Amino acid sequence: MAQAGFVMGFVHRRRRGAELFLLVLALAVGIGAYAAVGVGVEGEVPPDIVGYGAGLTALAIAAHVVVRIVAPYADPVLLPVVTALNGLGLAVIHRLDLVYADNPLKPHGLPHKQLTWMTLGVVLFVVTLVLLRDHRVLTRFTYTSGLAAIVLLLLPLVPGIGDTINGAKIWISVGPFSFQPGEVAKVLLVVAFAGYLVLHRDALALAGRRVAGLDLPRGRDLGPILVMWLVSLGILVFQRDLGSSLLFFGLFLVMLYVATERPGWLVVGGLLFLGGAAVSYQFLTHVQNRVNIWLDPMKYFDQTPGSGQLVESLFGMAWGGLIGRGFGGGSPERVPFAESDFIIGAIGEELGLTGVIAVILCYGLIVERALRAALICRDGFGKLMATGLAAVFALQVFVVIGGVTRLIPLTGLTTPFLSYGGSSLIANWVIAALLLRISDQARRPVPDLSSSEDDDHADEQATQIVKLGSAP
Amino acid sequence: MNKPIRTISIFCLLLFVALMINATWLQYWKADSYDKDGRNRRVIEAAYSRERGAILVAGKPVAESEPSDDQYDFLRTYPEPFKYSHVTGYFSFYDQTGIERSQNDVLSGDDDVLFVNKLVDLLSNKSGKGGNVQLTLDRDAQDAAYAALGELPVDPESGVVQASVVAIEPSTGRILAMASLPTFDPNKLASHDFNSVKTDYDRLQADPNEPLLNRAIQTTLPPGSTFKLVTAAAAIESGKYDADSEVPGGTTYQLPQTSGSSGEIDNEGRSCGTDKIPFSQAMENSCNTTFAQLGVELGGGALQDMAEKFGFNDDHYLDDIGPQATSKFPQDPTDPEAGQSAIGQFEVRASPLQMAMVAAGIANQGMVMKPYIVDSIQSPELETLRQTEPEEYNQAISAETADQVTQLMVDTVNNGTASPGAIAGIQVAGKTGTAQSGLPDVPPYAWFVSFAPAQDPEVAVAVVIQKAGIERGEIAGGTYGGPIAKAVMEAVIK
Repeated sequence: MAQAGFVMGFVHRRRRGAELFLLVLALAVGIGAYAAVGVGVEGEVPPDIVGYGAGLTALAIAAHVVVRIVAPYADPVLLPVVTALNGLGLAVIHRLDLVYADNPLKPHGLPHKQLTWMTLGVVLFVVTLVLLRDHRVLTRFTYTSGLAAIVLLLLPLVPGIGDTINGAKIWISVGPFSFQPGEVAKVLLVVAFAGYLVLHRDALALAGRRVAGLDLPRGRDLGPILVMWLVSLGILVFQRDLGSSLLFFGLFLVMLYVATERPGWLVVGGLLFLGGAAVSYQFLTHVQNRVNIWLDPMKYFDQTPGSGQLVESLFGMAWGGLIGRGFGGGSPERVPFAESDFIIGAIGEELGLTGVIAVILCYGLIVERALRAALICRDGFGKLMATGLAAVFALQVFVVIGGVTRLIPLTGLTTPFLSYGGSSLIANWVIAALLLRISDQARRPVPDLSSSEDDDHADEQATQIVKLGSAP
Repeated sequence: MNKPIRTISIFCLLLFVALMINATWLQYWKADSYDKDGRNRRVIEAAYSRERGAILVAGKPVAESEPSDDQYDFLRTYPEPFKYSHVTGYFSFYDQTGIERSQNDVLSGDDDVLFVNKLVDLLSNKSGKGGNVQLTLDRDAQDAAYAALGELPVDPESGVVQASVVAIEPSTGRILAMASLPTFDPNKLASHDFNSVKTDYDRLQADPNEPLLNRAIQTTLPPGSTFKLVTAAAAIESGKYDADSEVPGGTTYQLPQTSGSSGEIDNEGRSCGTDKIPFSQAMENSCNTTFAQLGVELGGGALQDMAEKFGFNDDHYLDDIGPQATSKFPQDPTDPEAGQSAIGQFEVRASPLQMAMVAAGIANQGMVMKPYIVDSIQSPELETLRQTEPEEYNQAISAETADQVTQLMVDTVNNGTASPGAIAGIQVAGKTGTAQSGLPDVPPYAWFVSFAPAQDPEVAVAVVIQKAGIERGEIAGGTYGGPIAKAVMEAVIK
């Protein structure tokens, strides 16, 4: 085994120092952005910059120290990128909050709440890393998490706790808290899919017939994909949530393809998606509205439901141009929900194309590091989970940024780590923790089994223990 | 499982590349078209908030941006509202008119002439101030014009006066005065209190007296007897007549191809002889019978040519401020139509600016100069960046003819109907006009055009009183228009 490790190349270094250095840069982004908001909007560096900076630094350093102790081989890039995005998001939300202050119709106290959510997110990040020493433990919860995900997805439909916000029934309200269960469900679904697929991948992969050069799956194996398709359609029809529907189905397809290595599944899934999209376009007015607005947003500018929000955001991004108006120089408050779904519009307006590209590259980096962890991971479950988390992240970023920039029809989803919203932020910190855990496992040197041979001389009579470590 | 993971990696790469290309497309290539969309309030607000340049008259601002400490950084203010309103126009959050509109690029600082300033501002990270626009208006002339209009008696029914004055420097085409009543307060429209702006704008729009209308350039009315200057010019230019000739006269004249009173032209009791009378008498007494006969004799085509040389039927000769109403002379009129057109009736329509150009052309040896109101464009530091040079519009008539018509106009002031325009010690050339509105309830329009001094003209003026508290019988004879023109001319000559 050890020899295999040498043959395969090298032992990964821990790179915790690199992580710390990158974290300092990430904190500079977050705290610098906060200072820039103060200078741009109020004309002075915010007086609480020291306290704020210290708080942000404390959170980041705490996360770093925990990673250093419990996941020393984890990927060194993920935590800094996530911290930078979260810090930038906080600054933009703070900037919006400053203009919202004069407007009784807008929400107030957002940055404080978001900082609380971030703290909670980091706590859960730490808890996940500490409790979950090996991601394979999660295979035990395959069906539990699948069931929990479905229950969470159904909760918003339950009278009394379900809440319709902005036309989508994706919220639940318990007391003063409102909560988007879909965000948590997506993590649970990745776990459930990975556990299910790693067990059934052979059946799904090997049986089938070949049609026109493609290996198509057997009819009886279509069950899971059809169930997932129906669940996605159900979310679309009953919760009117185009984004989540697309996200869950896309996630499932990607994981199915990776597990089975059969592009045939992509064809089947793609056809199901197109069919579902065509039918829902025919029968669901909210889908039609979204598509019409996408095709010609200017036409629906003054209508309800109309494209005012999208067009204002497009105007803002165009106004921002290459380098942006600078914090305080634009009017992102013209866009309803600039702090959540449309935060990329606010960034485009005030930080320009430069800021938008930087944010997209940060997301790209997260996805790339996650897929890299999947590639070097030694167990199928870990590979699937990392791929799933990467895919859900990439799809969500694509759907929401693509929607806001009119690449695809707009669907409501949060922008990970940037958008205001507790459920999303916490779920994404947990995703970050899971990715760190998987990469830690993947990069950790293979246990040196040859050492037992050295011990042979010390105790030749000892019962020989044959290690049955699974081959990579 | 690594092969599909690599495929998925490439797929994700494509997704992110698509996002970046699309963002670049949106924020770089498409940005301009989004910025130009009329519904893009950001661009409008930025323009609204910016420190615009000033509109200057003789170096003093009539419109300027002052620092404001509300939601916008600057407030557009008009130190002399009402008097200059129709020239400056207004700069509201919703739109602009007048010079504020036509010179918007300069005032906002976007004009290429301000390129160096923009560059300096960019490098020094200042928000750019716009350029200034210096107008050709003469403060004394404008004061006189506005004051004289204000002395007109108010129409008892509507409670307003509808009248306007425009004065031109004949040798250059510089507009020296431009005033119109009723007027409005642009400060109210430039206010940052958008509700009151909306209320005031709606009220101005709904007002039947159209206070937003710049009557000096945007209203055309039948010019009546003032058009006889054009007819006289055509008659003399034809070579058949000069200022000392005998012209046809008579108390009434039946237009060709007509019968009955509708085709009969009379002189409302003024003395116009029986058969032949001196040209000067015909002009002094504004003899309709004479000029109708001249019009028929010269023919519609000749009249149309002459009118067009002065600017009729040209929809655009004033670049600086708009929109500009087109003064009309009917196309190929028949003989009876030519007879009526020759006395400024039928379908002849002229703006006050057009009639001022007729007077100015005659004053300037027959050369009509292109009118303009923007004297120069200045940088925020008051350094002149672009100076408007006078431009010839048309040699409408020969210098010889111009002298002859001037002679007739001088006689008209000295001995005839235009005597209210006379100035002691200065020879004035002028002509009155009373144009039938052609509408049963609408009284005639009173015109007065003149220039002075007759031999070395410094100013040409046109006055029109569209509606005021004047008895029908008193409208004729320049009783009210004459003193207004006189005041403006005096202000220029001093």
